[in-house]
Amino acid sequence: MGSRASTLLREEEIEEIKKETGFSHSQITRLYSRFTSLDKGENGTLSREDFQRIPELAINPLGDRIINAFFPEGEDQVNFRGFMRTLAHFRPIEDNEKNKDPSGTEPLNSRTNKLLFAFRLYDLDRDDKISRDELLQVLRMMVGVNISDEQLGSIADRTIQEADQNGDNSISFNEFIKVLEKVDVEQKMSIRFLH
Amino acid sequence: MKLLRSPAPALLLLGLISRAWAISVRNSRSSPVTVAAADTTHSGNSTGGNTTAENGGHGAAAITTLPIVTWKWHHVELPYLITLWVLVCWLVKLVLHLYKRLTIEIPESAMLILFGFILGGMIWGADKAQTFALQPRTFFFFLLPQIILDAGYFMPNKLFFSNMGAILIFAIIGTVWNAVAVGLSLYGVYLGGAMGNLDIDILQFMLFGSLLSAVDPVAVLAVFEEVHVNEVLFILVFGESLLNDGVTVVLYNVCDAFVSLGADKINAAEIIKGIVSFLVVAFGGSLIGVVFAILLSLLTRCTKNLQIIEPGFIFVVSYLSYLTAEMLSLSSILAITFCGVCCQKYVNANMAESSVTTVKYAMKVLANGSETIIFVFLGISAIDPNIWVWNTGFILLTVLFVLVYRIIGVFVLTWMLNRYRLIPIEIIDQVIMSYGGLRGGVAYGLAVLLDQAKIKEKNLMLCTTLIVVYFTVILQGVTMKPLVTWLKVKRSSKSELCLIEKLQNRAFDHILVAIEDISGQIGHNYMREKWNKFEERFIRPLLMKTSARKSQDQLFNVFHQLNLKDAISYVAEGERCGSLDFARSDNDANLVFKKKFGADLSDIIPDINSDLSDKDPYDIPLPSRENSLPSVCLDVEEEMRRKEVGDNNAHHLLQTHLYKARKQHRHRYSRKETGVNKDENEVQEIFQRTMRSRLESFKSTKMGVSQNKKLKPSKKDQVSNGNVTNHTGDDEGGIENPAFMPDAPPQTPPWSSSAQAEYGVAPSQMAQLRIPWSPGNLHRLAPLRISTRSNDSFLLADRPTTEEEQQPPNQPCGMKK
Repeated sequence: MGSRASTLLREEEIEEIKKETGFSHSQITRLYSRFTSLDKGENGTLSREDFQRIPELAINPLGDRIINAFFPEGEDQVNFRGFMRTLAHFRPIEDNEKNKDPSGTEPLNSRTNKLLFAFRLYDLDRDDKISRDELLQVLRMMVGVNISDEQLGSIADRTIQEADQNGDNSISFNEFIKVLEKVDVEQKMSIRFLH
Repeated sequence: MKLLRSPAPALLLLGLISRAWAISVRNSRSSPVTVAAADTTHSGNSTGGNTTAENGGHGAAAITTLPIVTWKWHHVELPYLITLWVLVCWLVKLVLHLYKRLTIEIPESAMLILFGFILGGMIWGADKAQTFALQPRTFFFFLLPQIILDAGYFMPNKLFFSNMGAILIFAIIGTVWNAVAVGLSLYGVYLGGAMGNLDIDILQFMLFGSLLSAVDPVAVLAVFEEVHVNEVLFILVFGESLLNDGVTVVLYNVCDAFVSLGADKINAAEIIKGIVSFLVVAFGGSLIGVVFAILLSLLTRCTKNLQIIEPGFIFVVSYLSYLTAEMLSLSSILAITFCGVCCQKYVNANMAESSVTTVKYAMKVLANGSETIIFVFLGISAIDPNIWVWNTGFILLTVLFVLVYRIIGVFVLTWMLNRYRLIPIEIIDQVIMSYGGLRGGVAYGLAVLLDQAKIKEKNLMLCTTLIVVYFTVILQGVTMKPLVTWLKVKRSSKSELCLIEKLQNRAFDHILVAIEDISGQIGHNYMREKWNKFEERFIRPLLMKTSARKSQDQLFNVFHQLNLKDAISYVAEGERCGSLDFARSDNDANLVFKKKFGADLSDIIPDINSDLSDKDPYDIPLPSRENSLPSVCLDVEEEMRRKEVGDNNAHHLLQTHLYKARKQHRHRYSRKETGVNKDENEVQEIFQRTMRSRLESFKSTKMGVSQNKKLKPSKKDQVSNGNVTNHTGDDEGGIENPAFMPDAPPQTPPWSSSAQAEYGVAPSQMAQLRIPWSPGNLHRLAPLRISTRSNDSFLLADRPTTEEEQQPPNQPCGMKK
């Protein structure tokens, strides 16, 4: 789907989004109105400035990274499909989805995909590894000013040391999954979308 | 202690004690004395009678010679008995814990009741009357409040309030359902004739149902804590047991009043009054609790110079809240619960560290002790043939109905709730919840309070209540653990979190908040955030000391474990080296380090413990003095040592310095353990950093140059979200565990101590820019970006500190363009 400048949401599009993301009809319409309210330029897509205009994101340490996550690789605009696709990661995992049908692809809000989202926040260069520098960057964003670089470096080293299993001094996605297996990702990465 | 190989000698000892004083009491008293003077008039009579006897004795019986010692039993009778009983109950618990295997299988509460049976039997044998039954007044005034206070004070607030909806539904609707269903069913069966001839009418059945409806917090705590279910399940059952007191009290009083009025006087007006009284009692009780919590917090603001008695205030004021609510016939349990829940944060922040610790331990002692006493007496009170009225139909059906209706209630309510919950409650959890509806002391206390005159079958009801209590506590308590294991209930994971988990948890919080903001959802977090902001702006300045901005040491245990692990491996390494540079080490932090863990290392290195523990902490013991001391090496090369210590600090550093999300942390509640403040300077920092990075990335695309920008500091205080209040005296450097941060003083960045007074924000090495705009005026970004030429408007006339000049600019987050 290209960047179609449609201001109205058509039924078939809703159906497609519903199939892809699992949101309900009313949720999709509600989120569409949110999308349009963010879209100041009214061209059917959101740019980074549109996101940055949300004041609460400016005081969120990971705000910019999360904004980044909405935009596919190398692009500067995101349309409604992409918007919904990203938001779909945060749908709660429902009971009937727990029995995944082996034929279909994994739903966007599966545990693995949620973790992949989180992983991609760290791994900017998309090499499927969180290197020490990438970790350091995120740590620096999430940590107060009273920690010196040296201390932060040692924290980063320690973090990698704990998670790294194959000794390549970086955290791969599988190691990431493994080390977070005890964490209740389903709950921690789900929000309730209003109907 | 290997002395007692079998319980027999211990029991014999207890038996002898009880016999001895029973006989002595019997010989020297004029009327039966009940424990703790349940009835003031009663005790007034007895002590009055005793004193007159004594005086009369002294006056009338003319002494012929000077007595060297006299037997003054009457003088000390009451306090002596009380203390002796407390001692006996605690001795029972002590004996129990000698046999660890036993307590693993059977919950402690059940064992205590069984011991109570034995003791009761002994007393009955000695006295032919149950002189020491649990009196309701004793129970409600002296034994219950501290348990509830302990529960409220250590309540995991975030968990509690985020599940408040479910808890309230269970507490109110569930309890009412229990009461009504049990009462009506029993009445129906009675009408059907299965109970034979009883002198009860429907109202009395309702009364009975209402007093049995209360899930008991004491029993729930006792059993669930040993079983360690996951925290959501725990908080649901436990929260319900605390809050349903409001309902129980109302139901009980209303039914009691109805019984007095008689069935004919019940009309719509009375019923409406009943409903109104529920609202009044419940909210009134909670309100009183909150009021007293505010008073308590205000009080602790001023007690800086009175740190010795400071802890006492908590207990005194909370108890007053309990009594006040009781006086106004409101729900006293709700009052003391909310007192504890609301005051914990402010009191812990205001009081000195030592006071916080004192309160913690004192409360645990009181709560645990009272719980023991309650269960023992629940056992003792049963051994009273007066109340052994057996009615097969009544008793068995009551037990059955209580169980069945609990199950039905839980499943129906959960089904309704799951449609609105984010994470539904699983079937297994529901089974545990229904199975965990334990009745306990509260039900018994209410049953004893029944008026014998109005309710002819009081003894039957009392007996039934006791049987229900025993059934739930003993039978269900014993089978709870196997059931949980069998059903594979998700247990609370006690494992320590590794660094990346901690980091990731915090990241999740941030992510969720951001997604909620983006998608415009008003979720839990929005409400919570609104509350947090409100609380920070208005409540906190009122109730918390200005200097109380300390970051509390959360996950101290995790850090401790990690340090311990490291220390052990560290020392083992040192032992291998075999060097004795211990004494010459001028890094005495290591020694303080070791001293702290001296107790823990004692089984590894037995002699160090004795060596270090009786030395002054700053005195460096020379190991060469001890010839049996294994050679401990602390002279690992400097770098490794610093690295080790640095690693130990990693967790702690991360923990204290991670930005808090706009949600709070989760706690885990435990009766036996304890565990957890927000800085809006963080918000400023984050904001500055974000703006800076955005600006830089913008600049780098527009001009292809990344420059070292200094911007004019402006009045940054008005962040439009309203969550900035300037705090002077940012004593972030005062993290209270000098033992674990030996490097803290030299490593404290020099800039953080000289915090800018205008901001209260310590600029980091990175914080080289000051942003002149506030998030509310983001639209000004547009014109600023257009004017790429006017760089000088961004330059700062005066630099904050000279340090920052040396640092190269940093691009913290690589935003790809």
